[in-house]
Amino acid sequence: MYRTTSGEEIFIIDGHVHFWDASPANQRNIHGKQFIDCFFAYHNALSPKEQHWPKAKFEKYDAATMVRDLFIDGPVDVAIIQPTYLKDFYTNGFNTTGQNAVIAKQHPERFILNGAFDPRDGELALDYIHYLKETFNIQGVKLYTAEWKGASKGWKLNDADAYRCFELCDKLGIRNIHIHKGPTITPLNKDAFDVSDVDYAATDFQNLNFIVEHVGLPRLDDFCWIAVQESNVYGGLAVAMPFIHARPRYFAEVLGELLFWLGPDKLLFASDYAIWTPRWLVEKFLAFELPDDIKKERGVELTLETKKKILGLNAAKLYGLNIEAKKKALAKAPLKAAAD
Amino acid sequence: MSDRSPHRQEARRAEVYARLATVTDPELDEPLTELGFVEDVTLGSDRTVAIGFRLPTYWCAANFAFLMADDMRRAVSTLPWVKSVRPELRDHMYADEVNRGVTQGLDFGAAFGDLASDEPLDALRAKFWRKSFERRQEVVLAALLAQSIEPARIVTLTIGGLESMQLSSPDWARAKARYVARRHELSDGGAYQAAAFVDADGRPLATNELAARMTALRGVRLNMEFNSALCRGLLAARYQEGPPAGEPTLADFMPGGALAPR
Repeated sequence: MYRTTSGEEIFIIDGHVHFWDASPANQRNIHGKQFIDCFFAYHNALSPKEQHWPKAKFEKYDAATMVRDLFIDGPVDVAIIQPTYLKDFYTNGFNTTGQNAVIAKQHPERFILNGAFDPRDGELALDYIHYLKETFNIQGVKLYTAEWKGASKGWKLNDADAYRCFELCDKLGIRNIHIHKGPTITPLNKDAFDVSDVDYAATDFQNLNFIVEHVGLPRLDDFCWIAVQESNVYGGLAVAMPFIHARPRYFAEVLGELLFWLGPDKLLFASDYAIWTPRWLVEKFLAFELPDDIKKERGVELTLETKKKILGLNAAKLYGLNIEAKKKALAKAPLKAAAD
Repeated sequence: MSDRSPHRQEARRAEVYARLATVTDPELDEPLTELGFVEDVTLGSDRTVAIGFRLPTYWCAANFAFLMADDMRRAVSTLPWVKSVRPELRDHMYADEVNRGVTQGLDFGAAFGDLASDEPLDALRAKFWRKSFERRQEVVLAALLAQSIEPARIVTLTIGGLESMQLSSPDWARAKARYVARRHELSDGGAYQAAAFVDADGRPLATNELAARMTALRGVRLNMEFNSALCRGLLAARYQEGPPAGEPTLADFMPGGALAPR
């Protein structure tokens, strides 16, 4: 919970966090090392200096650190924990649903645990979705369409196999489909940022919500165009958020476009923890104002009401979270400052 | 002076750097030398040139890396004394494939086989040329509008007219020179009487299209800047340096300059 200087309470949902293990002991090969090195460079490149972590901590942090950064020192009330398997790079995976479940189970009121699947697994993907629902009662998934697998050079949300998975998600009540549209490793020269497949899937699965992570950057215009057409397409602000510090004018321009095209009800705050920590992002965002020229040109405002929607109310709606009930539940399960 | 005399060597290294300064990163549209991508240039005894370069991450798109390596090879090969050029990408997942492919003059598909999908390198090159043209145009249009120049006058400016125009800040002047360079490429040079502001297919803009054009160009820039800001930050973080201090300039290679042999 964040309290403004005037005493107003702002409920915060962090839409994208990870509990990863990229320690040298878990690195399967050079790619595992280089992958976390790249994340570490993102962390250093866009965080304020005083927020920089030592490398060893960044490679592997414990549950107590994460709980403190999000909920004790940080203002987050509830965090959506997203998996990234990467079993080719890490012996036990980078952060699988099973790994994430360890911390989520310790703090069931605090975490929403999401799963993942690959439609190219065919029947096995359907089995796995059943398993995730039965074991973890997931309400959402995080998908990577650009990943290579054997002879396949990625997949599309409107592939027949993917549609079978979405039909099952719909049936089981897994309504929130987060899609990573952003930098990828392989394929080497495919346009992995292409967001056009979202258009088909969103039209055909009106019961599902499609949250495009990184708001489609660097395909912001394509993403905005699709999100305007489809009422069930949302933008996740992971990776866009830290620009608020490193490049505030750029952040303002992007936010101006998003507010102009999508409006205030379709955007979700996210830190992408542990690449960035939520406290400074939330503080800077609440203090942030759009420059006059952008407000005037785009006819948009970044009011406190809009900020509250982006910081929590929009995600609460997608995940069916009753904020008043959640506040009471959280009050009954206080976190110890020294969780370790 | 013999080929191996120190002064000759340094003069040639300067020529190589000058050629490399004409090669831009496709996504960032900045010279590789200014981005700090070029680490070193080594002249071989047999008039070969090796260019060591690095990128912001181990994962940077292999086709972009290949494109840059190939552009460097082409640019340096135009020097009359150069027999062969060997770009040497370092610390990259596909360094071996890129280095071998470019040195052997393979095209991207042949160098990568099954790892590559179907977009030919020339199509990619054309796509990035267009983005660069549009991004540079937006900066100049914005500068002219900020100087309160009327849209009706902007659309009637010729290339020559734009070139002789005084802009009030050095940044704008640099942006103008960068745009004009691209504009000349579009008309194969020489056409000073042609309209300064055209779309990437060469069609002149009308007064009433200017506002919509600016909106479209802003979209191009916002996308490119996302990559640009990330890449610069990643490079600095990876190699723990501040922003690149700039590569040696010609003056550094002149006898008595900072880098001249002692």
